[in-house]
Amino acid sequence: MASGKNIDPLWWGLFSAGGVVAAFLVPIHIILFGFAVPLGWIQDAATLYQNWLVKIYLFVLISLPLYHWAHRFYFALNDMRLGIPRKPLAILCYGSAIVGTIATVWVVLQI
Amino acid sequence: MNGTRPDKSKLYYPKMPSTWWLKTPAYFLFMLRELSSVFIALFLIVYLTRIYQLTHGPQAYAASFESLRSPGWIIFHALAFLFAVFHSVTWFQSTAVVMPVRVGGKVLPPRTVTAVNIGAWIVISLIVLILFVTLRG
Repeated sequence: MASGKNIDPLWWGLFSAGGVVAAFLVPIHIILFGFAVPLGWIQDAATLYQNWLVKIYLFVLISLPLYHWAHRFYFALNDMRLGIPRKPLAILCYGSAIVGTIATVWVVLQI
Repeated sequence: MNGTRPDKSKLYYPKMPSTWWLKTPAYFLFMLRELSSVFIALFLIVYLTRIYQLTHGPQAYAASFESLRSPGWIIFHALAFLFAVFHSVTWFQSTAVVMPVRVGGKVLPPRTVTAVNIGAWIVISLIVLILFVTLRG
């Protein structure tokens, strides 16, 4: 990230953690919640979300891949040479991931 | 080196057109891989908005999933699934190269590591499926 060399390892760490979570867990979740539940192959499971382990799991599942996105999107747009200034782009990408994390915490605590 | 470095404006910087990644299949696949993160993030945000409907009760939650039956959403999820699988496979391939695994002083071939990761991915996916079906009560 352009704003400070010292916190670079943090963003790289979140990027790889998000990459691992996305690689192992996201495809099955797309099958479940993009197809199986909407098309009625499996009945919905509203009560499941009251379990604290499920809440923590959802937090990890949703928040970490957002940092993975932020990192890839930031570097891909830089690599595309579109002339977008680096610092605002970095703030927009990583800032969105932070906003997404806060939103995820809020939602899992509300449900 | 001391003080002899030319003025920055006189250095040569190769000019890269912003379409460079469209010219070679490998670069195009690289950009597709980067794009996979966009679809993964979009899917997770959509999923989060569905879970949020639980605050309005189980019926609102069920209705929000019914709205995902439309062809547009099905196409979106089909695309997201293809991109997610592309991410998984390329992620396992690259981690096998970036983080070599040593067993008894020997480095395992990256292909073996990738295969083991893909096996673990399938097992984990089945566990998530079984847990979801059995725990939903």
